[in-house]
Amino acid sequence: MSATGKKFESVSFAIVGSGGAGALTVGSILLEAAGKSGLYGIMNRSVGPQIRGGEAAAHVRLANQPVTCMAGSFDLLIAIDWNNAERFAAEMGLSENSLVITDSDGADVPEVIVSSGAKVVALPIKALAKAVPGGRENMIAVGLAAGVIGLSVQDVMDVVRSKLARKGEAAVEAGRLCMDAGLAQVQDYAARYGVDPTSTNDGRWLITGNEAVGLGAVRGGVRFAAAYPITPATEVLEWLSPALAKVGGALVQAEDELSSINMIIGASFGGRASVTATSGPGLALMVEAIGLAQASEIPAVIIDVMRGGPSTGIPTKSEQSDLNIAVYGCHGDAPHVVVAPLSVADCLFTGQWAVHLAEAMQVPVIVLSDQSLGQARIIIDKPANIAFFAQRKTYEPVVEEVYSRYALTADGVSPMAIPGVAGGQYTADGLTHAISGRPSSKNEDHRDQLDKRLSKINDFDYGDHWAEIEGSGDTVILTWGSIAGPAREALRLLEEDGTQVKLVAMRLISPFPKEALLGALEGAKRVLVIEQTHDGQFKQYLRAQCDLPGDIKYFHRAGPKAIGPTEICTQIRDWNIS
Amino acid sequence: MNVPTKTAFKPGDYKSDLTPVWCPGCGDFHVLMSVTRAMAQLGTAPEDIAVISGIGCSSRIPAYTNCYGFHGVHGRSLALASGLKVARPDLTVMVMSGDGDGFSIGGNHFLHACRRNIDMTYIVMDNRVYGMTKGQPSPTTEPDWDSALSPGGTGLNPFQPLVIALASGANFVARTFSGDIKGTAATIVEAVKHPGFSFVQILSPCVTFRPDEKEWKKIIHDASVEATDDAARAARRIMTDDGFNVGVLYRGQRKPYGNHVSDTVGDLAMLDEEFVL
Repeated sequence: MSATGKKFESVSFAIVGSGGAGALTVGSILLEAAGKSGLYGIMNRSVGPQIRGGEAAAHVRLANQPVTCMAGSFDLLIAIDWNNAERFAAEMGLSENSLVITDSDGADVPEVIVSSGAKVVALPIKALAKAVPGGRENMIAVGLAAGVIGLSVQDVMDVVRSKLARKGEAAVEAGRLCMDAGLAQVQDYAARYGVDPTSTNDGRWLITGNEAVGLGAVRGGVRFAAAYPITPATEVLEWLSPALAKVGGALVQAEDELSSINMIIGASFGGRASVTATSGPGLALMVEAIGLAQASEIPAVIIDVMRGGPSTGIPTKSEQSDLNIAVYGCHGDAPHVVVAPLSVADCLFTGQWAVHLAEAMQVPVIVLSDQSLGQARIIIDKPANIAFFAQRKTYEPVVEEVYSRYALTADGVSPMAIPGVAGGQYTADGLTHAISGRPSSKNEDHRDQLDKRLSKINDFDYGDHWAEIEGSGDTVILTWGSIAGPAREALRLLEEDGTQVKLVAMRLISPFPKEALLGALEGAKRVLVIEQTHDGQFKQYLRAQCDLPGDIKYFHRAGPKAIGPTEICTQIRDWNIS
Repeated sequence: MNVPTKTAFKPGDYKSDLTPVWCPGCGDFHVLMSVTRAMAQLGTAPEDIAVISGIGCSSRIPAYTNCYGFHGVHGRSLALASGLKVARPDLTVMVMSGDGDGFSIGGNHFLHACRRNIDMTYIVMDNRVYGMTKGQPSPTTEPDWDSALSPGGTGLNPFQPLVIALASGANFVARTFSGDIKGTAATIVEAVKHPGFSFVQILSPCVTFRPDEKEWKKIIHDASVEATDDAARAARRIMTDDGFNVGVLYRGQRKPYGNHVSDTVGDLAMLDEEFVL
């Protein structure tokens, strides 16, 4: 039960088809329409590696309250076609309560779908589209889905109109006719899986994680970005490019990731808060320069939208397996900051916080988002303005004073001169240096500067932002990043069964918030550690950093199949807590 | 600010008191003299100049100036400098590199910096050898130059940086000799003033690992023809010259990169609009 007293209700559906068939468009239209009607929702995409012609699936979940993850199963599946079905079928989670709509003139329904026990209904999707001049199968699917889940036809049509308007009135009319044709076919199943809004859409937002992290960075003060396209981070850059231009900033498309990271270090040296975004392979290329930013104490924010790895891995699917490289990638002792957004909406907060941390401590900050957050589109309440702004400790010259760029200070952060300021000239250097910045290989200089750079991030006050903590009880789910979404949902499901569980979802990964974490785990009798990596990178990190209390269970699994709430519930129930 | 700003400068105003790590007789000492002389002639205050470098003997130069400097990682000086110049178009940005840093590990950035044509100056001290690691062949080394790493020579033809720069879109191309301090300074002044990406190759002998390069001072000669604004013509000349003619070889008219950060901050709230349902 939520604060409004209404029970949480949701409906999940998937639209699948060949890449280019428009399945993702169907999902986007229905999500936006539901949002206009006052529902919350989330849409993730599951696409193959092909640019066109591979499989594409829109996974949509609508709910009467804020929702941050997919359910892990689907009520409704509409297949525009079954091409490459074997690639996504295992991710579907259908049951005998599900409804599958297939084209009566199309290929046979794959065995893996039939064997789920779902009710299969064959309808003439292609034929209906053909009957409409300029008609498209995916717009038939809009009508089918809108009917089965009982969406407001008016809201759906408004969104169809706005999406197709630029193609002309004929396209809008074709869309309307297709939608109506689809609606007419499912009258027997009308509103079979309906969920009613419990409130009206009051200024809510529709945003992706990749857009949100970009917006957070700009709100935090970023005015320069450089980056190289890479799946699934490209949308961060495509959003930042026009957005920065609007606020007097600039984005440069670099020739590679080696260049983009060095460009942002150069811009930041010039006094501008700067960001780059990439995914695993790009982060690997950036690591040397991240060490440079760490050693030369230049603020920089690196957004890593993680995908399946290692190597090229699975570019279009999510995983959390860049934890090790993010924390430990640099050669030498190079402590820096690693943070992770805990939901799509939190990409905004964490993006802004990351800039704040980088600027305040003059340190590189890696933001570990992932595909499941970055490419998910979500309906959220209008985000609050957050009071984190880039505040760099800069140098104001004084006559007769010799400036020491890397002076040893109480908080480990030294005033940084910005080019153009007379009397502040220094050379930033990746060589071990004395407080002046001049190269030094002396034992004491090396030790002092290593001490300084470690203490400035260890002693910083991260406040309550190191984690989100929900629920109560002596059974704790401990996780980080995007897994917070399904973990939150698991808490709700377990509570419905009368099982009280506490969630500790870490936003601050490095420096390791040992005291805060052990405080949050005080009195815990059971700790379930969950992450989406094959080898248990988070497990190994935790074990290296602290001793967890109580009975500990580790659950880690590689992508691309998302870790769902029911899976997490099973792990807890297996404990047989009485 | 309490520090008075000067209006007239001498080369000494651009020198720091740090002693270079270079070997006695290194051509880079002369390059440092040329660069500080050029800075004084330009009349730009030291704090408004940024000297950006990578790794190698030549890349030690930023700390020997009294400007803002950045001694970055190997091969990435152009990327550092590009970000800085786009973020701070008010600064004079000079990138200082060597033949290994600039043409081998940093080769890709060289191509794209030329293409991008950001208004900055790229000075490469070319001694045809890796000096800091004690004598290995670089991209500009002759094919038969013997070394422990490549006994008997690499057998590879030398890289032609000036031609590559022209083909990639650099807007100003020149070659100078480090021993000609006055001429090199004059060329650097012109390179900085020329809009867009300017590339100056300075033949700078390594007397330690390439003692044969001491002979360069005898074979250097002025380019026999005037600079052209025809890149193909300039490239043909350079392809067929002896590699020792010095002077400005190409002055282009390409439009410099126009994208940069400005001090005016737009209304951040308008970025929210696109997300409202």
